[in-house]
Amino acid sequence: MIRAQVIVRPRKSIFDPQGDAVCRAIQHLGVSAVKHAHVGKCIELELEGEDIDQARAQLETICQDLLSNPVIEDYVLTLQPADKK
Amino acid sequence: MRWAVIQFPGSNCDQDAFHVLKNVLGQEVSYVWHKDTSLNGADAVVVPGGFSYGDYLRCGAIARFSPIMPAVKEAAAQGKTVLGICNGFQILCEAGLLPGVLVRNTSLHFRCETITVRVENPASRFTSEYLAGQVLRLPIAHGEGHYVADEATLDALFQNKQVLFSYCDAQGRTTPEGNPNGSQRNIAGITNRAGNVLGLMPHPERASEKILGSYDGLALFQSILSSAKVTI
Repeated sequence: MIRAQVIVRPRKSIFDPQGDAVCRAIQHLGVSAVKHAHVGKCIELELEGEDIDQARAQLETICQDLLSNPVIEDYVLTLQPADKK
Repeated sequence: MRWAVIQFPGSNCDQDAFHVLKNVLGQEVSYVWHKDTSLNGADAVVVPGGFSYGDYLRCGAIARFSPIMPAVKEAAAQGKTVLGICNGFQILCEAGLLPGVLVRNTSLHFRCETITVRVENPASRFTSEYLAGQVLRLPIAHGEGHYVADEATLDALFQNKQVLFSYCDAQGRTTPEGNPNGSQRNIAGITNRAGNVLGLMPHPERASEKILGSYDGLALFQSILSSAKVTI
């Protein structure tokens, strides 16, 4: 088994109203050192097979076509062998 | 004129569009389920509003891979009329039939109210029955209507007169106060370069009968018919 994680983040150039609201809430709670917040998504996938390179090639396409929209988002894909049960 | 109204799981404006086309305008119209692969020869397609697939991941992101979408793309490539309203606009952007994308409203609020838009280009198949600069009262109901594209795309949209509707105040001025969702340059509705695919966030189908308080949306459908030389 392979475990994959996709972190999808709003691009820096895109205004992120959720991140802005979260940042203001944190400051309101007294942690004024926090100056920026960005809210994204974490998508975890479990795949059959052992071939990490092949899985990466397949998932890059899925990340670009479905899991992120390149107009507004960047993604980071990481893969690792899942612990054997 | 033969119309198809697509139904996704979670569509909720499909019946409104169907009603206006059939009962108000007397058109031949049928529903097409998202798992179908043919539009059955329709001349025009409505991709309606709603929350297709629960709006999971991103609005329209999953619907764009529905089995019916290749037929919608083919119809668009053939120059047929494609009209995406609200969630339909989001789906057409995700599908690459329109540039840009719609993100969370700047206010973070779901806005459900009647707003005003200005007709920017009356020389399109969707707006020929309107006047340039005409101010329309149309309903909106969305949480993700904030239009985003890069600067070059935005410039091109205006240069090519692809922006058909802009959010404005009651006097027709495109002010920040008249912008309900933070859309860049107050964009409310755009076409593709060829001018046969329109996406807009306001709901013309919910403002096409006097009893509903505004029928400013009716001329959008009438424009499509008159551009196709259909007499009602």
